[in-house]
Amino acid sequence: MTATVPRATTVPAAKAPAARPPRRGPLRWLREHLVPIAAALAFCYMLLPNVVVVLFSFNNPTGRYNYTWQEFSLDAWKDPCGPAGLCDSLGLSLRVGVVATLLATALGTLAAFAMARHRYRGRSTTNVLVFLPMATPEVVMGSSLLTLFVNLRVPLGATTILIAHIMFCISFVIVTVKARVAGLDPRLEQAAMDLYANERQTFTKVTLPLVAPGILAAALLSFALSFDDYIITNFTASASSVTFPMYVWGTASRGTPVQINVVGTVMFLLALSAVGIGQLVSMRNRKRATR
Amino acid sequence: MTALAVHPVPGAEDGPPDDADEARAVGRKRSTPYLLLLPAGVWLIIFFAVPLVFLLSQSLQTGSLTTGYALTWNFAIYPEAIAQYSEQLIRSLVYAASATVLALLIAYPLAYTIAFRAGRWRNLLLVLVIAPFLTSFLIRTLAWQNILATDGPVTGALQALGVTDLLRGIGLIDGNKLLGTPLAVVTGLTYNFLPFMTLPLYASLERIDPRLHEAAGDLYSTPWTGFRKVTLPLSMPGVVAGTLLTFIPAAGDYINSQLLGSPSTTMIGQVVSGQFLRVLDYPTAAALSVVLMLTILALVTVYVRRSGTEELL
Amino acid sequence: MATSALQGAPMPTTDDRTTSDGDLRLVGITKRFGRFTAVDDLDLTVPQGSFFALLGPSGCGKTTTLRMVAGLEQPTQGQVLLGDRDVTGTKPYQRPVNTVFQSYALFPHLDVFENVAFGLRRRRKKEVKADVDAVLELVQLEHLAKSKPGLLSGGQQQRVALARAIVNRPSVLLLDEPLGALDLKLRRQMQVELKRIQTEVGLTFVHVTHDQEEAMTMADTIAVMNGGRIEQMGSPTELYERPCTTFAANFLGQSNLIQATVTGTAGDDLLIDVHGQRVTLPRQRSTVTDGRLWLGVRPEKLRVAGPDDAGNRLTGIVTDASFIGVATYYLVRMPWGQELTVVQQNDGTPPLPPGEPLTVTWLPDHGFGLDATQDEHAGAEAIDPDAPAPAGAAR
Ligand SMILES: Nc1ncnc2c1ncn2[C@@H]1O[C@H](COP(=O)(O)OP(=O)(O)OP(=O)(O)O)[C@@H](O)[C@H]1O
Ligand SMILES: [Mg+2]
Repeated sequence: MTATVPRATTVPAAKAPAARPPRRGPLRWLREHLVPIAAALAFCYMLLPNVVVVLFSFNNPTGRYNYTWQEFSLDAWKDPCGPAGLCDSLGLSLRVGVVATLLATALGTLAAFAMARHRYRGRSTTNVLVFLPMATPEVVMGSSLLTLFVNLRVPLGATTILIAHIMFCISFVIVTVKARVAGLDPRLEQAAMDLYANERQTFTKVTLPLVAPGILAAALLSFALSFDDYIITNFTASASSVTFPMYVWGTASRGTPVQINVVGTVMFLLALSAVGIGQLVSMRNRKRATR
Repeated sequence: MTALAVHPVPGAEDGPPDDADEARAVGRKRSTPYLLLLPAGVWLIIFFAVPLVFLLSQSLQTGSLTTGYALTWNFAIYPEAIAQYSEQLIRSLVYAASATVLALLIAYPLAYTIAFRAGRWRNLLLVLVIAPFLTSFLIRTLAWQNILATDGPVTGALQALGVTDLLRGIGLIDGNKLLGTPLAVVTGLTYNFLPFMTLPLYASLERIDPRLHEAAGDLYSTPWTGFRKVTLPLSMPGVVAGTLLTFIPAAGDYINSQLLGSPSTTMIGQVVSGQFLRVLDYPTAAALSVVLMLTILALVTVYVRRSGTEELL
Repeated sequence: MATSALQGAPMPTTDDRTTSDGDLRLVGITKRFGRFTAVDDLDLTVPQGSFFALLGPSGCGKTTTLRMVAGLEQPTQGQVLLGDRDVTGTKPYQRPVNTVFQSYALFPHLDVFENVAFGLRRRRKKEVKADVDAVLELVQLEHLAKSKPGLLSGGQQQRVALARAIVNRPSVLLLDEPLGALDLKLRRQMQVELKRIQTEVGLTFVHVTHDQEEAMTMADTIAVMNGGRIEQMGSPTELYERPCTTFAANFLGQSNLIQATVTGTAGDDLLIDVHGQRVTLPRQRSTVTDGRLWLGVRPEKLRVAGPDDAGNRLTGIVTDASFIGVATYYLVRMPWGQELTVVQQNDGTPPLPPGEPLTVTWLPDHGFGLDATQDEHAGAEAIDPDAPAPAGAAR
């Protein structure tokens, strides 16, 4: 990550066979910068919807559909909870997201340690069990859970949503944390033991702090997955347990309120600043450390 | 020299017992992995594996939701369901495959630029790849409705450039509409799964020593040959991981086809959810679900075998 | 028997001294990995306060031995004793032993100060700061106390690793090729520093290295290990001047080993027949006193004979002469076909060209006699101190 030496000069066609005389002019420039230009276009493609979301949060649509730009307005920003049910659904999504994140992270981290650190019978079975949920389309997982709940007469609601979310987050947590644990240099723990740390201290003072970034990443990923899930949630929810994605879906056919764009904008800004602050902090640390 | 690295630590949280005496010395060690695995394992078994069995069983039952179902081993449901919905099934696979290829074509230059050309902007660009996708999936898909709306700026621009005529010519759209066409659905799918392609690609590219490019150049490769012979093969694990992470969810997705498509772009996910949640024809829905899962598993297995990257699993 | 090579060799080994409180003793220690025996019934005493070097080809069990001392590996058999305390079976953190790992194993999430303070804090020391500052000063890293280890140079990291271990004042400090990753210049510099620190703090150092020169310059006692056993142990001069096995003779420096037979004795000397020529060897410089033996002489102990030189003499034909300034290296073919290496100091006489007859001479006290059943080439592959020995060397 620290290797930020500009490498722009390493790749260009400077070594093109001498037989072909170097072309001049805009065409040549284009040829040499083809890859960055393609990347720039890809960025536009990726960011365009977010720009639209932000822009249309200031729209004042005439009809029910917030499709075309009418005029600038702050109405939606002043009254984010205006549309009935929006903030309730947000609340439910946040609650489910937090609980699912905590539980999935806890269960997944334990399992990741077992899988990365221990030799035991049934390793390949556990590997398959962890891999399969990630290779199964959401409709399949959602529909199979629905059959389970219907057949066992489990009432659908926030609890079943939570169960489903924990289920699909666990695999991602395991994979993320496992990679981190496996990448840990065993000599660090040996060194800790050599320096008078017993097993518990070795774990809390060395292993855990070193694995923590992986656990944190897993938790963030879980929250994002849970907060954003529609397909599985839709199979496991009842009419009275509406998460935010379900709310958005519900409004999509009858016209989305502008407030949805407000929520989208806030989420985007939060995500941007969270990731950005993370980067800044790590850069600051690095700088201070080099002094 | 690295012999130290292979020695496991004696200790509870640490390496596996290396030999029998050590395992005996710390009696509880043998059960530790199982205790650690138990909660997550039980959860995955009860809420992932068991439901799949229920799904399979449901597909072979007859009856209705009101009268109740009985397991009649009605295998005939499979050919029936496949015959009835083969169009949607094939369409799903085609859309997902197109979106995967497009995502690969878009993500590769992006990941390459971030990995090798971004210099000190690298971290910022990574933020820009990740952050947009932490905003709600649905809201962003709805934004595509705005972008592709018939009187929107994109449609206008494409029309002015004559692209619309071209697309109509090759049958991707009809009329001047973009929304509701296969093109819109594939655009949405590609967009939605782009980070799943970009991040594994970036991870595998980042590991490549940039000096390898120089070495290739030094050994008389043109940049393109150097890329083909050095960079591309070394980034294959990322390509395989990225395509899997894009194709699998895209094949089962129905949000894009629902929000950006029309009845003529219905995908299999829509059928499954519709049968389950509206038509309440559980056996057909379950059968379709099973078929989708098996199809994808088969395709993925073949793909992974062919690309020789089994160890990814 | 790891020490069998030493039997009959009347030299003061460390075993003869009385054990004091801090001596490290390994008694009959064996480590098996599955069927493979990495360390084979090894006995070893390291006196308190000494600088002890373990030298041997790759894979001979040096690291395994250290790990058993540190408690990171449990011996299959045998005991580890610190003074009178049997620490076999105790955990690493229960032993007053610290290790400087080959790749340092500094904690990346802690700064230099906290890395060094780690052991003290685990032992609930009250005054950590003074100790840490003092040891950082000793290794000249005070100014980097707040840096993270990832940003330090190799030499700096190495010194942090050293500081982190010695701040605990362990009874024994284990160093597993701590200088292996450094370039030659830094390595020499660190060797001096290590030795200085060792004399300053007076700890017992057990140092594993591939570099013979390093072992010779730094250590009070060197043990040459081979195939999980100790071939020979002694001071650098003892080891060099009086090797007891062909492996030790070839591994540490270079030796001419000549097939010979004991024909009789004269006073304290053995009378030896070398393919028809009579030479002598002091009886206490040989592990064998009758029958066949390997007669060894170091190349630099062989000299081009003057007309009136006393001592043992052998005559052959020069087959190769390389003049390197300070000396001339000769290969001299003996009548029985063997080529002896001779290093002749540049004393002004012009080098002899190939083809010339040459008589070499050496003092009887410079020869040594070895068991004739041993392989004359054992350890020879690992002759280059800087080239890592191939695993096959440990036959
Ligand atoms: N955990 C283990 N399992 C199996 N074999 C092992 C293990 N640790 C070491 N060995 C074997 O024991 C032998 C001695 O290993 P050790 O690491 O002690 O060698 P070494 O003398 O330190 O070599 P080097 O100079 O290359 O570091 C080697 O052949 C090695 O392969
Ligand atoms: Mg070693």
